Amino acid sequence: MSTSTEQLSEQLAATTLLRFATAGSVDDGKSTLVGRLLHDSKSVLADQLEAVEHASRSRGQEAPDLALLTDGLRAEREQGITIDVAYRYFATPRRRFILADTPGHVQYTRNMVTGASTAELAVVLVDARNGVVEQTRRHAAVAALLRVPHVVLAVNKMDLVDYQEPVFAAIAEEFTTYASELGVPEITAIPISALAGDNVVEPSANMDWYGGPTVLEHLETVPVSHDLTACHARFPVQYVIRPQTAEHPDYRGYAGQIAAGAFRVGEQITVLPSGQTSTITGIDALGASVDIAWAPQSVTIRLADDIDISRGDLLAPSGDAPPTTQDIEATVCHVADQALSVGQRVLLKHTTRTVKAIVKEIPSRLTLDDLSQHPNPGQLVANDIGRVVVRTAEPLALDAYADSRRTGSFLLIDPADGTTLAAGMAGDSFATAKAVAVVEDEEGWDF
Amino acid sequence: MTTVAHVHDSTDSPFALSHLDSLESEAVHIFREVAGEFERPVILFSGGKDSIVMLHLALKAFAPAPVPFTLLHVDTGHNFPEVLEYRDRVVAQHGLRLHVASVQEYIDAGKLRERPDGTRNPLQTVPLTEAIQQHRFDAVFGGGRRDEEKARAKERVFSLRDEFSQWDPRRQRPELWQLYNGRHAPGEHVRVFPLSNWTELDVWQYIQREKIELPAIYFAHEREVFARNGMWLTAGDWGGPKESETTQTRLIRYRTVGDMSCTGAVDSDATTLDAVIAEIAASRLTERGATRADDKMSEAAMEDRKREGYF
Repeated sequence: MSTSTEQLSEQLAATTLLRFATAGSVDDGKSTLVGRLLHDSKSVLADQLEAVEHASRSRGQEAPDLALLTDGLRAEREQGITIDVAYRYFATPRRRFILADTPGHVQYTRNMVTGASTAELAVVLVDARNGVVEQTRRHAAVAALLRVPHVVLAVNKMDLVDYQEPVFAAIAEEFTTYASELGVPEITAIPISALAGDNVVEPSANMDWYGGPTVLEHLETVPVSHDLTACHARFPVQYVIRPQTAEHPDYRGYAGQIAAGAFRVGEQITVLPSGQTSTITGIDALGASVDIAWAPQSVTIRLADDIDISRGDLLAPSGDAPPTTQDIEATVCHVADQALSVGQRVLLKHTTRTVKAIVKEIPSRLTLDDLSQHPNPGQLVANDIGRVVVRTAEPLALDAYADSRRTGSFLLIDPADGTTLAAGMAGDSFATAKAVAVVEDEEGWDF
Repeated sequence: MTTVAHVHDSTDSPFALSHLDSLESEAVHIFREVAGEFERPVILFSGGKDSIVMLHLALKAFAPAPVPFTLLHVDTGHNFPEVLEYRDRVVAQHGLRLHVASVQEYIDAGKLRERPDGTRNPLQTVPLTEAIQQHRFDAVFGGGRRDEEKARAKERVFSLRDEFSQWDPRRQRPELWQLYNGRHAPGEHVRVFPLSNWTELDVWQYIQREKIELPAIYFAHEREVFARNGMWLTAGDWGGPKESETTQTRLIRYRTVGDMSCTGAVDSDATTLDAVIAEIAASRLTERGATRADDKMSEAAMEDRKREGYF
């Protein structure tokens, strides 16, 4: 046992969890960065490293190939590429991390959308020699579209540009300008060399002109929760708990995970889509009775009145309930191999509710490279991002994705075979267009 | 410092959940999604720590109502008696219903053949998949964690399996937000992994926090063992030791619980939860690397077994 008692107690202390995603194209050094984060945070254990060394040797490689740590599938190792998103886990004394490791080159958009959908931070890698390229703009656009709260621009391979400050400054400025215009709320640029270890875990001795955090330090300290007071409280009902036992003959609780904001005992709530109201009489937080609970806690809410509530309903404070709608305008990222066409009948899964729907219009398809809109493409295919108008068979209490990632997102599903066709984000795509939507509220557009 | 758009101070919001609370909340959400969307879910329960934590989370998710799932144990015939005793006690305590799929019965009936190496772990796949078909289970909870193994790192929380229970890693549904897509055709089912995002240490810290009882073999005790392939295996009727192998009494404990023929013990004097956690936190070996023979068979051993329907 080499770890000292002091390190150990630090490691075991109560910590928070940060979910983040990496994005980068093939030769940007993403695997090296991930490998170094895992390795330098001592998250690679001896038998894993031994397995990588053994596999590297048997392939005739001299040094252990850290990419083998992350390529888990036979086909990935054979082809030396990453096919699919993988999740990695590592910890420091300050925080636990879940890393969505997204492949850079094939099917980049849907994979990055998958990784970014649950991420609170995205690391976008660029090669210092190439600067901001098309792929970088695409990554920034996806991060903006998915409303990832924090974006890190990691300018990699600084060792290959002699660690020159002006090279970094120019790239950082170009990226920050572009991403800010898209509405990315927070951007931190860090000059690194993943290969040499500069500014990844340890501060670089080669770039004394840089006074900011290392990648790991930033990951450890970035705030993980939003300000709850700014969020509309939302509670999708997952399941109704009715024990009907001798001990609990009258217990009736609505189980769910708070999607946004906070709920308090005594608060008046409205049930959507029915519009009935009641008062919260109790909140059971997995065994403890509490007065207040907040996102993303899984709780069970009890109400004063015995009203008809089932899975798929949404509870919201009566003073702050979303309107319901059957006409949804959204941006979707198409994630399936089969196309999505105008007139197609689909299922729409929103929070805990799945309803029939029809694709009324596909007004435009977005070109991520230059953010230009191509009108009426007729259909969307794999990795396309487009605007859609969907009519649902039942009303939904949908927020704008800009207000709530959880209650503003939905899936489109093929009813024939259950394939997930598209990831939907209700309301306007990018922050720049947000102001317009508020004015146009009366036009049957409910956000 | 150049071009840092916004700088925040480093304080977390007072509403940030601890990592254990986040993981617990996520797992409970997954259990409730399955209860809300499937007809015949089942929890794979082996009496090992991951399935014990899974059951504990399911109990919390539906309290004060009972867990709306049955349990299924694939019994290799080489399980530790202490674990079977624990299994039966927990099932009785919570008034649960347990199905047992028996590898021994398959061997006795000539439907499965004993492997030359005596390892029964890979033989579990057939009884498991047949039990799923026979009982028409449409959602099957497993305690698998993505940190266990690199093929498992690619696994979805909701993982669609065809009518042969096969996993095709290249044809997985993207998993977006917390919107799990459980649609499946008749005959297909969905494997559900509520502990996907937990690490071994998370599981142990949670066991400690929640004061969850475990089978005694997880704590240091003296046992008759013999060495095979660099691991300490329990001597017993299942087929060890061979003539060339000699037994000895050692102070050991188990990090994982599985078939006696392929689950190795580690030397340990950790008799309490505190000591176990300290030991794991300081260990330079992964759980599977230290104690599982079957994962060492090839670089893709787990992936190959998962493709066939293994959990």
